[in-house]
Order: sequence, then structure tokens, then C-alpha cells
Amino acid sequence: MTIVTHSVAETEAAAARLAASFRGGEVVALHGELGAGKTQFTRGIVKGLGGDVHAVSSPTFVLLNVYDTGRLKVFHLDAYRVHGAEDFDAIGFAELLEQKGVVVIEWPSRVESLLPPRRIDVKLQTLSPQVRRISVDERTA
Amino acid sequence: MATILGIESTCDETGASVVVDGYDVRSNVVASQVELHAKYRGVVPEIASRAHIENILPVIRESLGQAGRALANVDAIAVAHRPGLIGSLLIGVTAAKTLAWSLGKPLIGIDHVQAHLYSVMLEKNELPPLPAVGLVVSGGHTSLYRVNDWTDIHRLGGTIDDAVGEAYDKVSAILGLGYPGGPIIDKLAAEGDPNAVHFPRTLLGRESLDFSFSGLKTSVLYHVRGVPGKHHKSGVELNEQSRRDIAAGFQAACVDVIVKKLDRAVRKTRSRSVIVGGGVSANRGLRAALKEFRFPVLFPPMPYCTDNAAMSAGLADVLLRAGRTAPLDLDAITYSALT
Repeated sequence: MTIVTHSVAETEAAAARLAASFRGGEVVALHGELGAGKTQFTRGIVKGLGGDVHAVSSPTFVLLNVYDTGRLKVFHLDAYRVHGAEDFDAIGFAELLEQKGVVVIEWPSRVESLLPPRRIDVKLQTLSPQVRRISVDERTA
Repeated sequence: MATILGIESTCDETGASVVVDGYDVRSNVVASQVELHAKYRGVVPEIASRAHIENILPVIRESLGQAGRALANVDAIAVAHRPGLIGSLLIGVTAAKTLAWSLGKPLIGIDHVQAHLYSVMLEKNELPPLPAVGLVVSGGHTSLYRVNDWTDIHRLGGTIDDAVGEAYDKVSAILGLGYPGGPIIDKLAAEGDPNAVHFPRTLLGRESLDFSFSGLKTSVLYHVRGVPGKHHKSGVELNEQSRRDIAAGFQAACVDVIVKKLDRAVRKTRSRSVIVGGGVSANRGLRAALKEFRFPVLFPPMPYCTDNAAMSAGLADVLLRAGRTAPLDLDAITYSALT
């Protein structure tokens, strides 16, 4: 599925719609350059799950933020600083996948080998400062 | 008169320090891992915890040696046990618990953010006019606090996306420069024209005490690489002068936002002074801008801006006097206790 959004609010709403059907165990790999809106998209996911969007911030420095939305826990990860898969594993990535929450990963290509085959690939492409092309690819295996 | 050994391992620095009476720093040892991390653009937890394990005992030994104290003459062991990276925190917490248990001395658990605010007390022992507005700015933190006293601190607001130090790191990467970005951009900015490029100041409405630095980062990206889309505007050529001007424009935007938010926070909370702690408090542009602030602004002495153990050992003196020691099953916790 591919859509085009024309504002931050539309991007957030698209993410919220996607998240509305989540039941736990989803892994969302968020692809996109600096400033594409990866953290913004995560805010939409938390919103869609009924959580507090104000709790969402970039995990670049701390590598992992956890948001309790009431319904499901969201594990917000960032591999921007990560050198290789071993480093990501050291923060307990494998355990997070088993928690039946929603795992959201920014800069997933840096930890490609750790990503489960069953996941949702979201690509955010900047068409203009306000406009994003968002493609959502739900991989079943 | 209490002599406290402090231990720091919340993020990428391993530190140990001996502080007497909460301000008299007898030693402050930091085993910097910055060189190691520069290769990897930042804090890599696996590397961080491995390096902490290797560094912790030599750093503690060195801090005691420099202070001329034996372990037996230390009155308490303090450790920053929150917030931070879990693998890193655990090394310091385990070392501190082991020392406290084997020596039979009190253990004191410290909130690292609270310690950053307390760092203005080190060496000078000069209490700021309270209540104060506290600002902690670093790679991982950008938050405002109301400080009623050292054990009564409440969070007023913070970043809704990137921390200010993180924005510095990412702008440094956009300009093709190194890590950590803070000192590099600060130095370049001093040589550039802050009015050559205008970057946006995100204030999030008239009353907000929150911060947003993500849009500023993106503006720098568009300025350098060009604006995508049908009104395509090409980027600028990066050379010595353009880098200086971008750094100066970016820093001016960061500093403007911080000063405005501090002003708002002081007004809203009717505070009498401002305390600034954390790595970005070493920033010369920020220090210069706050020289003319309408209330006294206190900065820590330079060695205590970035992560260190002295601020924890200092704050521990206050907690020890209040009888707030920790049990020996003290946990490492990834988030701050300040809400």
C-alpha cells in the first residue's frame, strides 16, 4: 500500500490507522532519511494505540524508549548509532521481540540480519518539505 | 564531615570521584571513551559496557589515590543508578553495591539528572537563590525543572523529539564533521556569521515549556542538500566558510530557543535564578547568551559539565545527611525519578 501525505498531521493519522489493527507482536521497520518523519510516524502509532503522544521522543541517544499505551507496550528502538547487529542484541533486542508488544525500529537497515521475516516495512520518502510518500509492506514470512 | 566515593557509569563515561562535605572535590577521574565511540558515531552499548568493566576498578583506584584516601576512610559509596543505558548502569551499580557491602558503609543511589543540577555546587559551595529553574542539556537530555531544593525537584517540560545534543551530533554529521558534534559546532560557530543563514526557532506555542529540535535539524539538512520537491532548491557547497556560517546559524537558533524557554519558565514559576547542567552547558555560545539574562545564571565549573562522578558524590552528601541511604539491592533504572 502506498499513500501520499501532505502534513505532519496526515502522516501521524496514517500511522494511527495502521496501528489501530495491531494486536501485539508486530514489528515495524521504519525506513527513511534524516528528517523523513520516522519519530513522527511512531508518534502516530502510539496515538493509534491510545497512548500519550507526548511521551514519544527520538531514541537515537538512549537507543530504546518504552511507551505504555494501556493496550499494548511500544518498544521504540533506534539503530542510528549502532555499528552492527551484536551491539543491538546487547540491549536485549531478542527479548523485546518476545514481549507481545509493538516493536518500532528506526534505521532498521543497520541491523538487517536481526529483523524477523514477519514484519511491516514502512518506507518514508520526502517529496517536499511537507509531502511524504509512505509505502507499507506487510511481510508474512 | 563526610567523605564520599562517587561512581558514574550511566552512559559512555566511567568515572569515580572523592568529594568531602558535598563540594570539596579531592579527585575527579573520568576514563573517556569518546575516542572509541567516535569511530561508531556515538554510544554503542555493547562497547560501552565492556569498556566500563575494564575501566571501573582502575578509575576507582586512581580516584582514591589522587585524593590520598584508603577505602576504609570513605564514609559512604554513591552511585548514579538512573537514568541511563541499562548495560552501562549495571557496571557502576554492581561495583558500588559490592564496595558498600564489603566495607559495611552506607550506599546512596543517585539520579544522574538531579546530580547534573547539583553540579553547580561543586568547588564553590554557593547555594543559588531558590527556587530556581534548572535546565539539563546534553546528548540525551533536554529538560526544564523547578528546583525548590536539592531533593525537591519537579520536571516542567522537555524535548518532544530530539535532544539538543543529538541535534548537534546530527548537524555535525550533515556537515561531514565528527563526533561528538557539540564542541565541533561550538568552535566553528564562533568563527561564522550567525545571520548568514536563518534557521527556524520552534517554540511550540506561547506557553509551552517543551522543546523541539527535529525541525531545526531538518532545515539544516535541506539547506545543505537542497529542498526536495517541485520547488526544488539546490543545496550549498560545503566549504570552510559555509560550514562556519551554518554552524553559527544553527547554534544561534538553539541558543535563542533555550533562552526564550528559560525566560518563560522563570516567569511561570516565579523563580529567582537559573541552573544549567549537562554537556551542552559547556557550550560557549549558550554561556555568552545567558550572561545578560535578567536573573543570576549558574553554570558548573567546566570539568563537571559532562558526565562525571563528582556531582553524584556531592549530591550524596545531602542525601546522607537526610538519612536517605539505599538498600543493597538497589536497581539500575533506565529512566529518571524526576517527574
